[in-house]
Amino acid sequence: MVASFHERVRTFVLSIVLILAFALPALAGPFEDAVAKFANDDFSDTDEAIGAVTASGNPLAFPIISALQDGRLSADPDTKKVYITQADGKIIDAVTGAAVDRLPDNAAAVRLNNRLRRTVEAALGSLTLQSPDSAKRIAAAQSVFKSHEESALPAIDSALANETNRAAKAAFTEARAAILLYKSDAGDAEKLEAIATIKARGDQEALALLTGLADQSPAIAKAVASAMASIQGTLAIWSAVQNAWYGISLGSVLLLAAIGLAITFGVMGVINMAHGEMVMLGAYTTFVVQEIIRTGYPGLFDYSLLIAVPSAFMVAGLIGVAIERTIIRFLYGRPLETLLATWGLSLVLQQGVRTAFGPTNREVGNPSWMSGAFELGQMTITYNRLWILCFTMAVFAILLAMLRYTSLGLEMRAVTQNRRMAASMGIATSRVDALTFGLGSGIAGMAGVALSQIDNVSPNLGQSYIIDSFMVVVFGGVGNLWGTLVGAFTLGVANKFLEPIAGAVLGKIAILVLIILFIQKRPRGLFALKGRAVEA
Amino acid sequence: MRHVLTRSFDRSATLFLIVVAACGVLIPLSNLLLPASAMLQVPTYLVALFGKYACYAVLALSIDLIWGYCGILSLGHGAFFALGGYAMGMYLMRQIGSRGVYGNPILPDFMVFLNYPKLPWYWHGFDMFWFAALMVVVVPGLLAFCFGWLAFRSRVTGVYLSIITQAMTYALLLAFFRNDFGFGGNNGLTDFKDILGFNVQADGTRAALLALSCVAVIVAFLICRAVVTSKLGKVLIAIRDAESRTRFLGYRVETYKLFVFTLSACMAGVAGALYVPQVGIINPSEFAPGNSIEAVIWVAVGGRGTLIGAALGAVVVNYVKTYFTSGPLAPYWLFMLGALFILVTLLLPKGVAGTFNSWRESRSARRAIENAESAARASATSEPKGRSERA
Repeated sequence: MVASFHERVRTFVLSIVLILAFALPALAGPFEDAVAKFANDDFSDTDEAIGAVTASGNPLAFPIISALQDGRLSADPDTKKVYITQADGKIIDAVTGAAVDRLPDNAAAVRLNNRLRRTVEAALGSLTLQSPDSAKRIAAAQSVFKSHEESALPAIDSALANETNRAAKAAFTEARAAILLYKSDAGDAEKLEAIATIKARGDQEALALLTGLADQSPAIAKAVASAMASIQGTLAIWSAVQNAWYGISLGSVLLLAAIGLAITFGVMGVINMAHGEMVMLGAYTTFVVQEIIRTGYPGLFDYSLLIAVPSAFMVAGLIGVAIERTIIRFLYGRPLETLLATWGLSLVLQQGVRTAFGPTNREVGNPSWMSGAFELGQMTITYNRLWILCFTMAVFAILLAMLRYTSLGLEMRAVTQNRRMAASMGIATSRVDALTFGLGSGIAGMAGVALSQIDNVSPNLGQSYIIDSFMVVVFGGVGNLWGTLVGAFTLGVANKFLEPIAGAVLGKIAILVLIILFIQKRPRGLFALKGRAVEA
Repeated sequence: MRHVLTRSFDRSATLFLIVVAACGVLIPLSNLLLPASAMLQVPTYLVALFGKYACYAVLALSIDLIWGYCGILSLGHGAFFALGGYAMGMYLMRQIGSRGVYGNPILPDFMVFLNYPKLPWYWHGFDMFWFAALMVVVVPGLLAFCFGWLAFRSRVTGVYLSIITQAMTYALLLAFFRNDFGFGGNNGLTDFKDILGFNVQADGTRAALLALSCVAVIVAFLICRAVVTSKLGKVLIAIRDAESRTRFLGYRVETYKLFVFTLSACMAGVAGALYVPQVGIINPSEFAPGNSIEAVIWVAVGGRGTLIGAALGAVVVNYVKTYFTSGPLAPYWLFMLGALFILVTLLLPKGVAGTFNSWRESRSARRAIENAESAARASATSEPKGRSERA
């Protein structure tokens, strides 16, 4: 609220300054003359200087005015030279930009009064509207669009005339349309054109702009109503697309957490309640890798995740093999006991991590290529979510390929389908069991690397995923990786579409209830294995 | 013909009942009658603690009934326990009346705080004890009936059932955390004053609650015993050991399972109802899946399929938990609990009582063989030589 008011004032004043600047062509002389006026220590001269510098288009204009605002602009009244003290303490000549060793002794900061301060602020705004950086120009145009102050029209018009960048031009056109729409003396034709422009923009702000419009002639009112309907339609589609994206993103996280479980539970039939802890160990491995990199090789930070992925796979995988050899091996064929033993194991692992790393959240940083976001149409996509989706799909594809094309995969499938026959064919089934369990755990560890980027790394990290993961596997159908894929994305998307209707918690409850009902209907999941092996 | 509840008592069952009854009588008496300085006087905090253990024992019995005798591993039994507790908590909340912080005679404090205009419909009737007591049994029973009806009819068994019971309690956990659900949200129900006109904090009430809890253990034990030793119990064991075969023999497996599941849920509800006035609070964390699984491990430690073992397991594990979590060893409790899970399933799959029983059986079997052998030797020496040569 405060910011928008602030912007409004700024835009208002900047336009006045622009008018002044263009109305006084005599002052728009050489840049040097204008800058020299700062040294006169006279408020009206300073005012003129601000206008002239702003209008000059010189690359030093912005540093000069912002230095003036912060009291970092100094002038020597004798030599009429003006200096900028930069934020880092270095001093440059305001006219040439050349570095200066130190300020002359009699140099004093250029003084401002309240009226001038407003002028400076406006000048800064106009400099943004004419900034050489197109992103800044677009941002300035957006703020005009929101405020639709009539007085900004000349500034926009002049900026529009000089604009070459397409995106900036569109932004200026939209800002101009917004002003015209609210301008009381604009003609109907102009307004209709403006409405068309705003309708084409079709986002929330355009809708707000049209909604705020009142007391128009019937023709305009009709055009506004139809434009609003069209914008609302566009918005509904975009919000559905955005929800779908959130859902896919959530689905990829679920899939990542569940994929390892789909191996241990789905392929081996082992209920591993400590699966979430494997994810947690992966996340802590990321933390340790990043700590080592931070202290030893700070330059490698951007590659920390690339190092963490194989490390997490190894750590979680080896622990998985150890678990299989020492505990689970003795419990095959007793699923309920396996469940209890692995639950106990999960308690031990959690407490172990809590003892080693402390109970509080640990800081895991985002590498630069994973932070930030970009806009696609009217939705925002964050890079970390996008990368996680890619990573998940890569892991899934590699896993599928591994099961299909490698000899370990072949042996795994053989043992799954008929253990005794596989043993008779010379497959070391207990070795395959250990490796399969290690593989599932290792994948969980890699999931932990990805989840460390979007979730808190704490000893309880795994707990929050275990029930969801089981739901995904059970829903998708045990023993079927494609089922897990479909299950994860279905649950993710369904969750995100229910969320706006029912709220986050109720949506989650609804999903749980739906799964419970679904299991009644199809006790073996979406893609059930058929045949006798199921009952075994 | 002996009565259905006392039929087929063996020595250990009798001993168990005597011990529980003695606890239920002697601990309250020693707390109330002996002076505080006496050596045998049980302090009040211990009375509350034992009362809590007794409630856990009832919960363990209810789990053992379905897991040990029917093979249904419910990882959501804590939900029934908590629902019974909430029903009792609602009664206790209504008893506070105008003594709450906001002094509203009808609305409990949290409702005033959350701007409830009037009492939600499902809170009506809980000012009467008989209604609350009925709900303690009916609500968990009804949930278990609906859940079981859906699950057993579509033959959801084994691990799948365990996971969806866990999902059930998880869903309830999330629901009860919500403020607009009408059960006090995160804070749950607490700050109780009276139960049936007696102050819940008073020593006498606590002693009476402990005695009642012991009665509940005895009654629950007798009911479970009656069920498992009846013909119905034989069918349950058959279902546990070979469900498909039992079905093919013509038994309606789902009906049997539904009955025993619902019965077990009702027992868990009663346990929860006795638990709440003794600990003085009920909040959504009781629904946490971890609690339900912990209850299962009591049964596993004590011995599934041995009712006494389950009850003792609950008491012993919780005693150890209290000992660990209240001392400097607190950080190691989860190691301990986790190790308990792993070691019991690996090394003592029958639990302590089950292992003890099978050891005793094998000993008596061995003794029987020895007896038979010595008898045979004795008869062989007394027989004429010629016959043994012929043999």
